[in-house]
Amino acid sequence: MKQEELRESKEYKYGFTTEIESIRAPKGLNEEVIKFISNIKKEPQWMLEWRLKAFNRLKSLKEPNWQKPKYPKIDYQNLYYYSAPKSASNKQKNLSEVDPKLIETYKKLGIPLQEQKRLSGIAVDAVFDSVSVATTFKAELTKKGIIFCPISEAIRNHPELVKKYLGSVIPITDHYFATLNSAVFTDGSFVYIPEGVRCPMELSTYFRINASETGQFERTLIIADKDSYVSYLEGCTAPMRDENQLHAANVELVALDNAEIKYSTVQNWYPGDKNGKGGIYNFVTKRGACRGKNSKISWTQVETGSAITWKYPSCILQGDNSVGEFYSIAITNNYQKADTGTKMIHLGKNTKSKIISKGISAGFADNTYRGLVKINSKASNARNYTQCDSLLMGNNCGAHTIPYIENKNSTANIEHEATTSKISEEQLFYCNQRGLNQEEAVSLIVNGFCKEVLQQLPMEFAVEAQKLVGISLEGSVG
Amino acid sequence: MLDISNLSASIEDKKILKNFNLKIRNGEVHAIMGPNGSGKSTLANILSGRKGYKIEGKVLYEGKDLLNIPIEERAQKGIFLAFQYPTEIPGVNTNNFLKTSLNAVRKFRDLKELDSLDFLKLVKEKSKNLKIEEKILSRQLNVGFSGGEKKKNEILQMTILEPKLAILDETDSGLDIDALRIVSDGVNALRNKNRSFLIITHYQRLLDYIKPDFVHVLVNGKIVKTGSSDLAQELEKDGYEGVATAR
Repeated sequence: MKQEELRESKEYKYGFTTEIESIRAPKGLNEEVIKFISNIKKEPQWMLEWRLKAFNRLKSLKEPNWQKPKYPKIDYQNLYYYSAPKSASNKQKNLSEVDPKLIETYKKLGIPLQEQKRLSGIAVDAVFDSVSVATTFKAELTKKGIIFCPISEAIRNHPELVKKYLGSVIPITDHYFATLNSAVFTDGSFVYIPEGVRCPMELSTYFRINASETGQFERTLIIADKDSYVSYLEGCTAPMRDENQLHAANVELVALDNAEIKYSTVQNWYPGDKNGKGGIYNFVTKRGACRGKNSKISWTQVETGSAITWKYPSCILQGDNSVGEFYSIAITNNYQKADTGTKMIHLGKNTKSKIISKGISAGFADNTYRGLVKINSKASNARNYTQCDSLLMGNNCGAHTIPYIENKNSTANIEHEATTSKISEEQLFYCNQRGLNQEEAVSLIVNGFCKEVLQQLPMEFAVEAQKLVGISLEGSVG
Repeated sequence: MLDISNLSASIEDKKILKNFNLKIRNGEVHAIMGPNGSGKSTLANILSGRKGYKIEGKVLYEGKDLLNIPIEERAQKGIFLAFQYPTEIPGVNTNNFLKTSLNAVRKFRDLKELDSLDFLKLVKEKSKNLKIEEKILSRQLNVGFSGGEKKKNEILQMTILEPKLAILDETDSGLDIDALRIVSDGVNALRNKNRSFLIITHYQRLLDYIKPDFVHVLVNGKIVKTGSSDLAQELEKDGYEGVATAR
């Protein structure tokens, strides 16, 4: 038994729980709970109204069920929508005042928050269940006019920006989970890069789910004003539990004229055990608007965790000459399921999009790429290149590629390539004969398969991601 | 170093090796020659651990039962196979593969793992001797390599991994005269009193450059004749059939 526990922890080393006293909203989804959230976050009246409007809309919406991975019905009345450590009240404290237990938790996760040990060149916003507990390098960023803070704080301190952009990319009426998020979202990051500023460091948010029976409703909003640049990265982990927990996030990006946003995700939520028990339902809406001319939004995602991953980080290419990119690695092992891809909506002239998707499936897992490339009638000279590669390990897993193409403009140039392959015995034997064991060999081959995507990650994270790719597939080859 | 006794091997009831015997001592170079289908490659596969064979008999490597040792451990313990058809691994950088492999082997041998800088220095020096262009090493492993480049790359790996027993499976096939000479020089440079070689080939040509201590003629899964390097010349003249029947 003990050995089994050790094995498990080797497979998912972030599965611990922090014992900490927390404040929770009463269980259930209703107006009272929404008022509770808004109140505890000291939100202005307009924000509460916005949430209630979303909640009203939600009542008329149905949960979608067109996706490939099916799941048991979620009892939304049996969830907590707000949970936060007692020590982290609504106002973020100085780092020196943050509960040592929280500092310790992030240290264990490899994210040092203390002044002297901070990751150099990376500013971190640490979100624990429903609140942000710390943000580093705030002062340095403020000097350049950059705003990087929890979204709860932005709602109070920068209402003009939040009012203008929140819900402008993902309307509160969008779809079931997006609307649910709009009603009950708790925390996430807010980023504003002023005109002409190139953000001097990587910005990152680390999401941690800790409390049980709690949903996490992250909300992130990033605005890159004219001629600005920002690179942002998010990481996620959660404890090992037998229950399935819901993480339903909304992430909105807005790029104005000549601005560029690079958004990277390393998603490592608890995937459930070998038999598919437990794990996070990662149902996320991510959308970026290339609103200005020559703007660019680039999504990179490494999805290794979660019981079910269901998300399509998308780009609305509104500005002329704007560029959208999507680089994705989705790894599913054991009984994990993924239905992920992107939407590239070409509206402006000379818009370009590129999609590189690498799906890896092992064990009894099922991995679907689903993507839409849509060219509007006015989007002349639009170009898209899509490449979807699937790698299968073993005979019990599945890989599916479902590309949708809607073209209303005859000047468009759309390319789609897809491959499916298996790791061959021959390749494994070759690696073994050079002294690599089975797991090292698989890691090397899979990392090679994913290289084009891994290269897109910021340097500091690429090495970690490579290791993660190897670990996620441990035990997948007999 | 290597003691093979009464080794038989079959695939799907087809017997390939039949009561095969061979002893290789430290520092010796053995050549195995034989016609197509005589079991040469099977021997290389079994020694390096490829799966899929039904095996009987005994193989001792440094006094230990080799057949029970996992493939990667055989490699770490010094058995190297230069592949007849090196495998392509898309996306994996050749240098990176080599470094990962070298460090796995060094770790097993209780040596310090090399960092990128030291590794690149080493690989630069070794590849120069084999006249391998550096740009090849930053390409994907064996992908788009010419036949000669693949074989040279095998010898480069051998040079870097410093095996105790190197098995060359038809390394000469597909090489032009110049490449053959370079590859042979590479092998000869590695010869010493502790390192042994098992060279598998169709043709006597390679043995003009690498002088073996022993030549064995393998026909139908059995060694039918053993001699000095002169035997290779004889074979060239009389053919396998001639030598096999003259027994």
